[in-house]
Amino acid sequence: MPGQDDAREASPPIVDIRHLTLTYQTADKPVYALSDINLTIHKGDFISLIGPSGCGKTTLMRVIADLEQPTSGDVTVNGMTPEAARLQRAYGYVFQAPALYPWRSVERNVTLPLEIMGLPKEERLARARRQLELVGLAGFEKKFPWQLSGGMQQRVSIARALGFEPQLLLMDEPFGALDEITRDHLNLQLTRLWLQTRKTCIFVTHSIAEAVFLSTRIIVMSPRPGRILDIIDCSDLPRERSIDIRESPEFQRIAHRVREGLMQGHSYDD
Amino acid sequence: MTDRLMHHALPVAVMALAIVLIWYLGALWLNGPQVTDALNRSGQDWGMREFVTQAFTMRRPVLPTPDQVAVELYTSMTSHPVGHIRNLLYHTGVTAGAALLGAAMGVVLGILLAVGIVHLRTLESSLLPWLIASQTIPILAIAPMIVVILGNIGFSGLLPKAFISMYLCFFPITIGLIKGLRSADPLSQDLMRTYSATGSQTFWYLRLPSALPYLFTSLKIGVAASVVGTIVAELPTGGQAGLGARLLTGSYYGQTVQIWAALVMSAVLSLTLVALVGAAERLVTRAHGGRR
Repeated sequence: MPGQDDAREASPPIVDIRHLTLTYQTADKPVYALSDINLTIHKGDFISLIGPSGCGKTTLMRVIADLEQPTSGDVTVNGMTPEAARLQRAYGYVFQAPALYPWRSVERNVTLPLEIMGLPKEERLARARRQLELVGLAGFEKKFPWQLSGGMQQRVSIARALGFEPQLLLMDEPFGALDEITRDHLNLQLTRLWLQTRKTCIFVTHSIAEAVFLSTRIIVMSPRPGRILDIIDCSDLPRERSIDIRESPEFQRIAHRVREGLMQGHSYDD
Repeated sequence: MTDRLMHHALPVAVMALAIVLIWYLGALWLNGPQVTDALNRSGQDWGMREFVTQAFTMRRPVLPTPDQVAVELYTSMTSHPVGHIRNLLYHTGVTAGAALLGAAMGVVLGILLAVGIVHLRTLESSLLPWLIASQTIPILAIAPMIVVILGNIGFSGLLPKAFISMYLCFFPITIGLIKGLRSADPLSQDLMRTYSATGSQTFWYLRLPSALPYLFTSLKIGVAASVVGTIVAELPTGGQAGLGARLLTGSYYGQTVQIWAALVMSAVLSLTLVALVGAAERLVTRAHGGRR
């Protein structure tokens, strides 16, 4: 639908990154974590950042979230600085580990950001119930994190990030520690969630299949220095995804291109 | 049931039995020389039987036997009404009151110092060394001075004792709580940042709950120290009341059995306070999900 694409292009970008560079000063030599990154993310995009360890994909996401400060370059989120966006709670962040607070029940973990925002109690509980239902955890409200499996814990952390209804969802390898079956299941849930809520997502992953399955665009990155090698458009794939599309030739073609990009950026001699 | 008996009751019983046995042997060994002297002086023939009986029933033994201490504990708690100055429970109550007040003051001071040090970097380098130095001073040396100074400005009785008790109690709480308030993992702290939580929100929602296990461990050390502090403070106050006074009068008159009874009582007092903290900890842990 070209009309829809035009409208998307016309609206201001959710995330706009220009000539972003981030260098860490270490004792012996500077480490170039990110080098000349340029990236524009529009409303409703599902962007995957993929690349080997140390390519700066997590760092890039932390810059967008104002958890790291860039050395040079410009970053805007919702048209403002990342700090201003953070203070307005523009995004929800899902970490590699669930990072649930063990002394709070599932429900109270989901309501934590809402309590901080000062929402009234009924509203908090209603939202928690809605979000937990969305991630398939209705009935687990009173359980504590240790009573849940790793996959369920990660779903709670997604519900927590969705609860305060941010327009931008940042996810840093949320399913990295889970087994294949659970991961497939959560990928399916996530893509449905994304269709339902129309959120903009940025997703860090190691898995090619996961990236192709979920994304509208895939950013292939390479390390030393961390940079963007390739940006792959996935608009050939339908917006509504099922597990079967993995068998389709389009899926295979995109996966192949991602793999080539990764191999090009990967040096095996170290 | 048998499992519990084998794994819990049995080791406890064996340990208690061993301690009692060693105690009796120790009484024989330590009271032996005096008993031998006395028996020799009496001019009569004596054997093992007379030696043991004498060693276990001396009026002023070097080391009284557990049964002597038990009898002394019983009579000192029952021969006078509870509120009477000669009743051991009266003295225990006096010490417990001062120790509880001292512990309460110590907890408040300890928490305030820890929160201050965690939030203000300059306090860590400027204040913490002084706190550590304060604990290197032997409490026995400054207790009389504190009593005299506080007495001069009009405080006597309970408050000087509570003050010295606080002096011993606050330190483990400060040190433990500093560690605890910094124990939240970086990810949990990042999470608070992404919610743009204020400093006090981060404190109440994250830092304090993650510090609770550390706080309870420190509290157990702190309340036990508060009892020690109170008893030390009771020694220079002239021995009017309290377990410390009991110890002092006992040593004036060579009443070793009375000293040991007071020692057992102070141990029971400390154990009770530590058990109360443990019960509070279990309640809080249960409210916080039951497993940490």
